[in-house]
Amino acid sequence: MIEMSNGWGGRVLRASAVLFSVGFLLAGCGAGQESAKNSSEAAAGGQDGGNNVVNVYNWGEYIDPEVIDLFQEETGIKVVYDMFETNEEMYPVIEAGGVVYDAVCPSDYMVEKMIQNGLLQEPDMSKIPNLKEIGKEFMELSALFDPGNRYAIPYTMGTVGIIYNEGMLDEMGVPYPTKWADLWDERLEGEILMQDSVRDAFMVALKKDGHSMNTTDDKELDMARDELIRQKPLVQAYVIDQVRDKMIGGEAAVGVIYSGEILYIQEAVADTDMRISYVVPEEGTNLWVDCWVIPKNAKNKENAEKWIDFLCRPDIAKMNFDYITYTTPNTGAMELLDPEYRENEAVFPDMEKVLEKGEVYHYLGAEDDAKYNDRWKTVKMN
Amino acid sequence: MKSKGTRYLALPYIVWMCGFIVIPLLLVLYYGLTDRSGTFTFDNVRKIMLAENFRPLYLAMGLSAVSTLLCFLIAFPLALILRSRKVGKGSFVAFLFILPMWMNSLLRILAWQTLLERKGVINGILSSLHLPEQHLINTPAAIVLGMVYDFLPFMILPIYNTLIKIDDNTINAAYDLGAGFRETLLRIILPLSVPGIVSGVTMVFVPTLTTFAISNMLGGGKVFLIGNVIEQEFMLNSNWNLGSGLSLILMVFIIMSMALLSRYDNGEDAIL
Repeated sequence: MIEMSNGWGGRVLRASAVLFSVGFLLAGCGAGQESAKNSSEAAAGGQDGGNNVVNVYNWGEYIDPEVIDLFQEETGIKVVYDMFETNEEMYPVIEAGGVVYDAVCPSDYMVEKMIQNGLLQEPDMSKIPNLKEIGKEFMELSALFDPGNRYAIPYTMGTVGIIYNEGMLDEMGVPYPTKWADLWDERLEGEILMQDSVRDAFMVALKKDGHSMNTTDDKELDMARDELIRQKPLVQAYVIDQVRDKMIGGEAAVGVIYSGEILYIQEAVADTDMRISYVVPEEGTNLWVDCWVIPKNAKNKENAEKWIDFLCRPDIAKMNFDYITYTTPNTGAMELLDPEYRENEAVFPDMEKVLEKGEVYHYLGAEDDAKYNDRWKTVKMN
Repeated sequence: MKSKGTRYLALPYIVWMCGFIVIPLLLVLYYGLTDRSGTFTFDNVRKIMLAENFRPLYLAMGLSAVSTLLCFLIAFPLALILRSRKVGKGSFVAFLFILPMWMNSLLRILAWQTLLERKGVINGILSSLHLPEQHLINTPAAIVLGMVYDFLPFMILPIYNTLIKIDDNTINAAYDLGAGFRETLLRIILPLSVPGIVSGVTMVFVPTLTTFAISNMLGGGKVFLIGNVIEQEFMLNSNWNLGSGLSLILMVFIIMSMALLSRYDNGEDAIL
């Protein structure tokens, strides 16, 4: 769901991405579609339409580079690897079709959108024997946005929860958070890091009041908007990837974060006296799954299936887990892991418990998306 | 004068202008005045009247006006000093002001983030001196600081350029005729440096009005400027039509302020 990047390198990458978008906006906002197409065509020039290639489009820093080398060695298939930073950035590239990818790794709601808009084709599941390694509960989870598990093969998953610095809370005399409502505790003024993304921010406010995070009911959304406005004075900053660095730096006491970041943070503070923990709030939370899919216009479908099958192989899935530290749905890989990891609830939550109140995001369609986006702007301007 | 040869020399520039300025602007115009289905509409432009679009514009105007004023207040005396010390264009002092521009401005803003953070460098120094800590990060003040820091050279250089062009004899004549320093400054130097001030103001006001990166990085996502609104429409909501419509409004504001400024610009070449 989020790109994994390491410390300063990541910041620099982000900065250059921002710089790129500045140039992009200055060069002419409206020209975006055009320029996206052009750059796609340029990229397509470097692609090989031949048989022994697989064109992969994945999140930045979302794979162990060695895995790519291993795949090329074992199969003789050349991997042409491109990266994106957000689902929203990936979608128009696939939709425009100027550049053709064989395997793409979008998140749940985006898979749903791509299915609905006819951008995907069904992989031949018999060509992906390692699919059996993906845990049953994860296939069920995936079926929520891919009915019948026809299109998507889960790659990583996780939850959204609250991260907190035990020492700082002890000092303030505030009990450790257990639910979303704790993020409205006035004693935490200036100590809260919220996610700077519409759906995640509204998810927190909606779940707090027992509503669905996929609601399109105007009253519920108005209520969530007002709650977010009420919370704003307590919030130190709305950030995305920076939650990680700010928690490590001791800038804030609590934050909303993706579970995949926890291992990295805990390892970063392992040598200090900081104790940082993660809790899945009791009102229920968002479960997200990033999946491999094959676009309709893919030229090397069989190679894409081989690629996906390779990634589902337990030893490979374990390599990837060690590198990106996002929860793997691969049961074979889980068995290979240190028990220490398996017992870490942030990384491997009790799926039964989480599924009970958890939800995945659904694609709502442009009109209902606008309901969220307009209200988010109101929260931001207040 | 104009031989065919020189006309051909302008060709690359014309191609550049069309490809990267005129055509993109026309596209902004097209997207701004149509809806998703491509039908003509004024709705996107009209939406600036909504509070969620208007207030960020208002805030952005305020912050960039303050930043521009601060830049001017810092830059003008500095340019005067540089002039009076007769430092040439290639001098070390002038070089020092250009030097930061060699570095990516976003990296420099990131550095400010690290400096201003609660557990950042500045607070570290302050607390070791037992001084009260600053709480600038994630406030409009931090954004103004970032804007001033980032765009100060764009104010200093044009003003400095016009100041060094003022003939010493003009100033000496003023003194000879009995004008004091204050009078010379206000009635001779200031009017003569207007072209430089105008281009300095334009070069600070316009980019600060449209920025979204500085407000994102130093405002902690809590300060929402018109640039952020437009960015959100493009990058998140993928509503290019609304984003373009709001960009058009922003352009109108910029053109208006430039037109206003150019009345004070007597057309001399105040170039950076």
